[in-house]
Amino acid sequence: MNEIAFRTEKLTKIYGSGDTAVHALRGVNLSIPSGDMAVLLGHSGSGKSTLVNILGGLDSATSGKAWFLDNELTAMSEKQLTQYRRLHVGFVFQFYNLVPSLTARENVALVTEIAKDPMPAEEALERVGLTPRMNHFPSQLSGGEQQRVAIARAIAKRPNILLCDEPTGALDSETGITVLEALTQINKELGTTTLIITHNADIQRIAHRVLFMADGQIVNETINKKRLNPSEVSW
Amino acid sequence: MVKPLDIKLLRDFRRLWAQALAIALVAAAGVGTMLVIVGTYRSLIETRQAYYERYDFADIFANSVRSPNRLLDNILSINGVIRADIRIQESAILDIPYMSDPASAKIISIPDRGEPNLNRLFLVKGHLPNVEKNNEIIISQAFANAHYFKPGDSFFAIMGGVKRKLVISAIALSPEFIYTVREGEMFPDDKRFGIIWMRYSNLASAYNLNGAFNFISLKTDINSNQSEIIDKLDSLLKPYGGTGAYDRNEQSSHAYIDSELTGLKAMSYVLPPIFLLVAAFLVNMTLARLIALEREQIGLLKAIGYKSSTIAYHYMKLSLLIASVGIIFGWIYGALAGRGMAQIYAQFFKFPFLLFQDRADIYAISAFAALIAALFGALQAVKTTIRLSPAIAMSPPAPPVYRQFFLDKLGLSKYFSQGIVMATRNLTRRPIRAILTTLGISLATGLLIAGIFINDSIEYMIEASYYRADRQQASIVSAKPLTPSAMQEVKRLPGVIMAEPFRIVPVKIINGIHQKRTILTGKPNGADLSRVIDLDLNPIKLPQYGVAMPQMLADILDIKISDYIEVELLDGSDKKLKLQVSQIIQQFMGLGVYMEISSLNKALGESSLSNGANISFDSNKTDELFLIVKTTPAIAGITLLRKSLQMLRQTFGESIGIMRDVMVVLATIIVFGVVYNSMRIQLSERARELASLRVLGFTKREVSIILLSEIFILTMLAIPIGLLFGYSWAGLLAHEYQTELFRMPLIIERSTYGFSALIVFIAMLISAFIVQRRISKLDLIAVLKTRD
Repeated sequence: MNEIAFRTEKLTKIYGSGDTAVHALRGVNLSIPSGDMAVLLGHSGSGKSTLVNILGGLDSATSGKAWFLDNELTAMSEKQLTQYRRLHVGFVFQFYNLVPSLTARENVALVTEIAKDPMPAEEALERVGLTPRMNHFPSQLSGGEQQRVAIARAIAKRPNILLCDEPTGALDSETGITVLEALTQINKELGTTTLIITHNADIQRIAHRVLFMADGQIVNETINKKRLNPSEVSW
Repeated sequence: MVKPLDIKLLRDFRRLWAQALAIALVAAAGVGTMLVIVGTYRSLIETRQAYYERYDFADIFANSVRSPNRLLDNILSINGVIRADIRIQESAILDIPYMSDPASAKIISIPDRGEPNLNRLFLVKGHLPNVEKNNEIIISQAFANAHYFKPGDSFFAIMGGVKRKLVISAIALSPEFIYTVREGEMFPDDKRFGIIWMRYSNLASAYNLNGAFNFISLKTDINSNQSEIIDKLDSLLKPYGGTGAYDRNEQSSHAYIDSELTGLKAMSYVLPPIFLLVAAFLVNMTLARLIALEREQIGLLKAIGYKSSTIAYHYMKLSLLIASVGIIFGWIYGALAGRGMAQIYAQFFKFPFLLFQDRADIYAISAFAALIAALFGALQAVKTTIRLSPAIAMSPPAPPVYRQFFLDKLGLSKYFSQGIVMATRNLTRRPIRAILTTLGISLATGLLIAGIFINDSIEYMIEASYYRADRQQASIVSAKPLTPSAMQEVKRLPGVIMAEPFRIVPVKIINGIHQKRTILTGKPNGADLSRVIDLDLNPIKLPQYGVAMPQMLADILDIKISDYIEVELLDGSDKKLKLQVSQIIQQFMGLGVYMEISSLNKALGESSLSNGANISFDSNKTDELFLIVKTTPAIAGITLLRKSLQMLRQTFGESIGIMRDVMVVLATIIVFGVVYNSMRIQLSERARELASLRVLGFTKREVSIILLSEIFILTMLAIPIGLLFGYSWAGLLAHEYQTELFRMPLIIERSTYGFSALIVFIAMLISAFIVQRRISKLDLIAVLKTRD
């Protein structure tokens, strides 16, 4: 059995207070082993993003606990969380969030500059198949290419964790598949624990583990006996 | 009911309050400065005018050696003369009990009964002297203040060779001495020079001038021809040693205030426009960003049927609102500071009262100027709203396109951090904004230099006149011409190390229709103490024959080198000389002409005579020397140059200090306005980018550095440009300050450049850090969920 990458205990998040309080998470308990590729499914408002934000060190919990390996995330200061993100977490967002004034290679280099043991930016881009486009600015790249730059940027520091919030949400299915291929390949080759948020149920079949969320709780958890290749999925 | 667009306007204003305030402050500085300068200018003019009228300041003045009092009737009968005041005017050395160094005074007679006919006195304290008590006097207020004298106090004076005790009965101000300097000097020394008024009979008997006068003032009819009156007066006084009458323009106090007024006027042309220009640019920058952010709203408004002009007007109103806040602040600042500034002037010049001029028209003009500046700034930004078609406006803007810039093209970008690369690419993507931001910061730098360089120029003139030209410790003026043997006696005075003779003759120089009164000074060639120097501070060798004339005077009189001029002596001797101009020289101050002393004596047909000596002495024997000076009747006056210098530095130090502080505040307002607004706009444009970096694990500090590097680069570019601005404005001001008497050298020390650059840099850092704190407030999650 692999060690546990993420573990939570009665993780609760409440936005606002009194009558306007919104319970985003209602005592979530989960554990995800290292090296897993997990997909987090659920409708909007089910608490997926809140959970991932807390696991990624972007947000704090109202109560309950969350651990990354042996480190209690819920006890970290803002500074420590920044360090945690810096050293261990790679993010991929729905809207890529590339720096428009930097080329593909420079966007990746942005992260390798501050990481401890990064891979060369060129290598990260090679892994997502973007070597020929690496000197282009974001405005000169397609959506899929931009998302792959974002993935290259996320993995270049060899993170333990890759958190992807709707990575294919803004892409058509064909382009989305190239992005998912990049993610599964990274997961396989580098053993990066990968957590993908999506509300696209078709994507679940490429993962080891699928978590269903509704109303701030994990309502179902399944483990895929047989995983599909991204190319076998369509939506 | 308030229209929805107006509600939006007020909410926008509230939301943007910090940026709006930064802009309003810059506009306020423009409005306020205009009020202060114009208010001070007008107050000085009005106050001087009222003072002149209430205290009967004369129009024409004339000296003579000894004119009989009965001449007054003839003078009064000159056509156009309304009133005349005759008096005796002499100089005296003073011996003030607690002060070892001698002071001197101009002693002026007032009629035995009542007040003078013209140039009436404003009694600050005490009562007019009683003619029966022959030692009662009035002294000028500045002199009294410098010595803490009050009525009843006394000191000694050597008058007509006799040492007398004088008792103060009153302290007064006079419209004749609003600015008091010893003849031939530029700067006041209230401790060592004062004005004394004494009853006519008492003064006349001291100087043996009973039944005579040697100074006359005239009040003339407004419609009269002054030069005709001057000519007639001259011919009446000529037999009695008249030295030529002159009008207010040559009266030293009046002329000095005139030159100060010229300076104020020059300031009013330079300062307020700078602020309003910067405010216009800031309005433009902020509004352009607001419109870019509200692109979709503008599209929506157009789609539902709002006219382009209505929308354009909506944004114009925001700029007018900001300007209005600036105007209100500016008015408050102007009203308060204007009064303060006028009071400082009123104290520096000796006015008995101050008519502060705070008229509505300048308030209206300043407000109008600020509104125009704001509209001008808004225009360019608002134009884009008119051009937007609703369909395009409602779709998101095309993603920003970046290009490679020269660092990339040269393959250098890999050597710089990503932060610097991002900053430089951002700058090249919005070159106009980068240029305007740079311009704004450089204007502030230039403003500082233009505001404080005057100190350097004055220091340079001090260096020129006290350390290069007149290096003597003291100048002794003798009561009668000194023969060479008398000069030897001067050299034998206790402690005297070196003594050089000089000869001073008041003259009128005539070239055809042009003429000018000035001073002809004879100095020995090779003199070590008092020398004539050029603009580079090098001593000038005076020509063997003929006159050395300053360029300014040559221009006034239309004289070229080797021309012959007519020189009329104004020492009462009625002599006329024909002399050649054999050298044209460059000088900072005065229109005085020079000759080699022996050549001057030869031209005068006299053997080697002088009217005084410039001396250097052993400072250990100061007391002994001063004691002799104070008690020797042959010595009519003494000027202690170094002591005057201390006083000068003190007087100017204060006002220059205030000026510098004001300039620092004003420049800081500009820098703050520019830096704060441009960084807030950047933060708004790049919030997503910066938040992404935070998510990727960049610390707040690292993100701040990325945001700061742009403004840092721009400030570094702006400062050298600002130094150039400063240099050229200073040049402009120096030129505007130029008068016949005075040419301000354009001297800017490196320390002034350094100080200005440093202040701007610090102001930039502080403003930047205020914005930088907002980075902590970036909402990392929200920003990632939204599309650009």
